[in-house]
Amino acid sequence: MSLGEGPLPAGTAVGGFRIRGLLHEGGMARLYAVDAADAAAPAPFPLLMKVPKLGFGCHPGCLVGFEVERMILGRLRGPHAPALVASGDEEGAPWLVMERIEGEALADRAARAPLEAGEVARLTGAVAAAVHDLHRQNVIHFDLKPANVLFRADGTAVPIDFGLARHGELPDLVEEEFALPAGTGATISPEQLAGNRRDPRSDLFALGVIAYQLATGKLPFGAPTTRGGMRRRLYIDPPPPRALKPGLPPWLQEVILRCLEVRPQARYATAAQLAHDLAHPEQIPLSLRAGRLHRAGPLAVARRWLRALRAPPRAAPTPALHLSRAPHVLVAIDPGDRREALDEAMRTALRRALAAEPDLRLTLLAALPPQPFGEESAPDIAHGQQTAARIGLRHWAHPLGLSAEQLRIHVEENADAAGALLDYAAAHHVDRIVIGARGHSALRRYLGSVSARVVAEAACSVSVVRPPQDHP
Amino acid sequence: MRTALLADIHSNLEALQACLAHARREGVDRFAFLGDLIGYGADPLACLDIIAGLVDAGAPAVLGNHDEACLGGQLDAMHFAARDAIYWTRERLGPHERAFLAGLPLAVAETDRLLVHASAERPEAWTYITGPREAAQAFAATPARVVLVGHVHHPQLYFTMPGGAIRDFAPVPGVPLPLSDFRRWLAIVGSVGQPRDGNPAACYALHDAGAGTLTHFRVPYDVQAAARKILDAGLPERLAWRLLEGE
Repeated sequence: MSLGEGPLPAGTAVGGFRIRGLLHEGGMARLYAVDAADAAAPAPFPLLMKVPKLGFGCHPGCLVGFEVERMILGRLRGPHAPALVASGDEEGAPWLVMERIEGEALADRAARAPLEAGEVARLTGAVAAAVHDLHRQNVIHFDLKPANVLFRADGTAVPIDFGLARHGELPDLVEEEFALPAGTGATISPEQLAGNRRDPRSDLFALGVIAYQLATGKLPFGAPTTRGGMRRRLYIDPPPPRALKPGLPPWLQEVILRCLEVRPQARYATAAQLAHDLAHPEQIPLSLRAGRLHRAGPLAVARRWLRALRAPPRAAPTPALHLSRAPHVLVAIDPGDRREALDEAMRTALRRALAAEPDLRLTLLAALPPQPFGEESAPDIAHGQQTAARIGLRHWAHPLGLSAEQLRIHVEENADAAGALLDYAAAHHVDRIVIGARGHSALRRYLGSVSARVVAEAACSVSVVRPPQDHP
Repeated sequence: MRTALLADIHSNLEALQACLAHARREGVDRFAFLGDLIGYGADPLACLDIIAGLVDAGAPAVLGNHDEACLGGQLDAMHFAARDAIYWTRERLGPHERAFLAGLPLAVAETDRLLVHASAERPEAWTYITGPREAAQAFAATPARVVLVGHVHHPQLYFTMPGGAIRDFAPVPGVPLPLSDFRRWLAIVGSVGQPRDGNPAACYALHDAGAGTLTHFRVPYDVQAAARKILDAGLPERLAWRLLEGE
C-alpha cells in the first residue's frame, strides 16, 4: 500500500523514522507520532510525521498545502515555529517530519470562552509576539485560528499549519490555486477576499477574530462558507464585544475592533504594536470604538458596501519591508540631564525618522533613581514623581506632533538606567533605541556612560544623539 | 551535487572570473555553461581558454546563438552592434577555438534536468522565453523536470501549477528557492557578461540537486575595465556603456 492511501500501522519504517501511532486524521493529511529509527541518535524533541492523503478523488491542489508548508517550515527559525526535521518521499508519496509541540492548544482555551480580559490580553499578546516573529522572517501565515496555535510549556505561542502561508521572497504557490480565496471563513481578512496575499496585516485581522472569540465566546462574523457570506464583513461590522459582554473593559474592545477594521491601514501597523498595547492596557488611547454598543446603521453599511467595490490598497512587496516602515523606537530620556540643545537634537532625529517611517511607534522611557525616603511615605512620593515624569515626557514629545496612537510613555524607578532600557527593548520588540550622548559633568564620568553600555549590549540598532555644540 | 550555471558570458573576462571565484567560495562541485560564451566583449580567447579547460575537466557546456554565429553564416537576424562584434570575434578565433565551439551540443540532458541556451523546443531556433507561453512550449518539448536556460538576459523563474498553468517569479538574489518535486521549473539564470535588468553586477545561478534549491547570485566585478577593453579594441561604443548601465 502506498504511503498516503490509508493509515499506516505502528512499527512501519518511513525514511529513517518509525511510526508509533496515528495522532490525527484531517481532511488533507494524517499525522503520526514517530521516533527516529536509529535509537542511538534520538531527536532532542518529540517528532510528528505529516503524510498528505493521496488516492482516488484527491484534488491536485491537495498537495499544495503540504508543499507550501514544507517550503515555509524549511525557512523559519526560532521558538515560534515547529522545527522541520526531514522530508522526503517514498515511491511518489511525500512525507515530512517536524517537531511535535506538546503543550496546550489555543482551541482548548477558546472552548472555555468567554475568558477574563487579562487572560484574553495575555493569550492574544503571546500569539501576536509569535506572529511578529513570522512577519520579521518574511512569512505571512494567512490561516490563524485557535485550532492552529499551540503553546510550549513556557507559554511561547507556536502557530502551526503553514499550508496557506506566503514567504515574501519565494513564489506564492497558493495564489490562484483555489477558486475561492484561500482561508478559513471565520478569520479570513477583507483583503484576502479581494485576492491580495501580500499584506501582513491580514494576520492582525485574524488575531482580532481570535481575541473577539476568547473575550465573548462568539465569532464576530460567524463561519460562512460561501464567498458572498465571507464578503459581508466588508460592510457589516461585528456586534461590539461590550454589547455581548457588558463587563468587558473599553480598552479590550478598542484593541479588538481596531484589529477588525476593514482597511488594513486602520489596524495596528504591526503585531508587535498589538502585543505592546496588550502588555500596557492602561496606555491604550480610547477612540469611539471603545464605547460603541451597537453596530453601524444602514447608511454606514451602504457607504461601506460601495467602498468595498473598490480594489484594496497595495501592500508593501514583502512583510519585512512593511515592518521596516513601522519600527518601534525607544527614546531614552535622562531626567537628570536636561539640556535644551540635546532635547532639540533628539527631536530632530525623531522628526527625520517620522518622515521616513510614518507608521513608527515611539516609546519615551525615563528611569528614575529610587528615593531614600522613610517607608511610610515612600509609595506616595514615588507615585507623585512618576506622574510628574510622565507629564514631563509628554510635554517633551509635544513639539513632534504625534498622534495619541504613536506615543507611549514608560517611567520606572530603577537605579540602573541602561538595564531598564535593555530589558524594555528586549521585551517589546524594539527596533531602535535613540539615546543622548552623555554630558560633561564629573558625576557622569564617574558613573560611566549609559549610552556606551546600551550600544554594547542592545540586540537592536542604537542611535546616539549629540547636540551640535558638543563638537569641538 | 552543487552546480554553478553560467550563461551569456559574451567574452567578458572580468565578469567570468568574478563569477567563477564567487562560485568556488560557495563551494560548488562543478560548473555548467549555458551558451553565448563569446560575442560582444573584448576577451573571447581568454574566456574560451578558461571555459575549455573546465569542459575538459567534465563541465557540461552548450552552444549559443552568438557562438554559432562566430563560426560563420549570415547574420541577418542580429542588430548592428552584435553583428560588428561577431565579425570582430571571427577574425580572432583560431582553429583550436573554432573546433571547440563546433563540438558544443545544443542541449545536455542530465538525470531530471536539461541544460539549453534558448528553449528546449527547437533549441536551434533560439526562441526567447519571455513569458509563460514560451515557457509552456519549452516544457512540452522535454521530459526534464528542471530546465535551465540563458539567452534572455534577465534572471527569471517559471513553474507549473497543478492544473497545468504556468506562473512566473522574479528571483531574489541570494535567496535559495526550493524547487519542489511536485512541479516543473524553468529558470533563466541571468547573464554573466552582459546583464540587462538595470543592475550591472554579473549574474549566475547555483543549482543544488541534493537540497533541491536554486539560488541566483549577483556578483560585482570590474565593469570599468571590461568596458575600457571594449573601447580600446575598437568594438562598438554602445557595447561598453551598456555594461556600465546594465542595460
